[in-house]
Amino acid sequence: MTQQANNNKSLLKRLMPLIIFIALVAVLAIGLTLNPRLVPSPFVGKPAPEFELPLLNASGKLSHEDLKGGITLLNVFASWCFACRQEHEAITRLSKNGFRVIGFNYKDKPEDAAAWLRQFGNPYQVVAQDLDGRVGIDWGVYGAPETFVIDHNGIVRDKRIGPVDEEYISEELMPLVQQIRSEQT
Amino acid sequence: MRVIMFLVMALMLTPVSAAPVATYEFASEEQEALFNKLSNELRCLVCQNQAISDSNADLAKDLRDEMYGMLQQGMSEEEIVEFMVVRYGDFVLYNPPLKPMTWLLWFGPVFALLAGFFFVVRIINRQKKAAVVEMSSEEIERLKTLQSEAQAVIKSEDNKNR
Repeated sequence: MTQQANNNKSLLKRLMPLIIFIALVAVLAIGLTLNPRLVPSPFVGKPAPEFELPLLNASGKLSHEDLKGGITLLNVFASWCFACRQEHEAITRLSKNGFRVIGFNYKDKPEDAAAWLRQFGNPYQVVAQDLDGRVGIDWGVYGAPETFVIDHNGIVRDKRIGPVDEEYISEELMPLVQQIRSEQT
Repeated sequence: MRVIMFLVMALMLTPVSAAPVATYEFASEEQEALFNKLSNELRCLVCQNQAISDSNADLAKDLRDEMYGMLQQGMSEEEIVEFMVVRYGDFVLYNPPLKPMTWLLWFGPVFALLAGFFFVVRIINRQKKAAVVEMSSEEIERLKTLQSEAQAVIKSEDNKNR
């Protein structure tokens, strides 16, 4: 073995602990910045679960069939949910910008939900009431707020866990909407 | 005094059971056992480090009720697990299934153990080799002269003692 090769080998050997350390830091950094609350929804890419729920302050019902026909945001909210108030502004803006936003009032009292919507404004086309959370289980809801993006064919395309914010809208929702539109043409 | 201290410490040791009190009535003992088994194996998604059985979260209670209802309908263990996985994904299972996605999870520790074993063996072997020191020809010469000198000294000492 030449001297040069020998030197290279021992240099690598001396740097080994540093390399292992950096690799470990990288792995731990990824692990620690992942949010364990963001459980990927098993429904993404699958048809919306079947359901039929009464409407708030209106006669009639909402079913999974009603979700088809356009891009729909199904927003799980409740009057007892603080983070729902945080995202309310963003949801309202999406609604004003032409999104079909449907409210999914999760484990709430109808009178509380109605008062909440009167106070903060109602961005929803209709609001379905899931009083006992039974349909919520079928949708894999485990908290509020959660927002499902459903395409024209009634396929769930994304699930946002936690409040919808500017970052989500610009970095995930808008690209997804463009993708859905491009699939159509 | 010691007795009081002992009693206080013993009190501290008693586990505080905050688990929700079950108020379900089961048709059979097997059904109850299955209910307990399942509710211990399914994760509560709201408080992620608790099983459905010991979580006080609203959702956990709903899921216990749901499970109870399914058991009453005579659904099997597999069917109930399937029900949960379809809705909440594999994440609800404390015992994750073996599939390509989870290979790292299942085999990672074994791999790490084998890798560690490999390195330990390598280091031991290297140290063994290092213990056998190669001597240069001069050193061998020097050793020989030292040995013969020493023998000469020993011999002369022997002669004196006689």
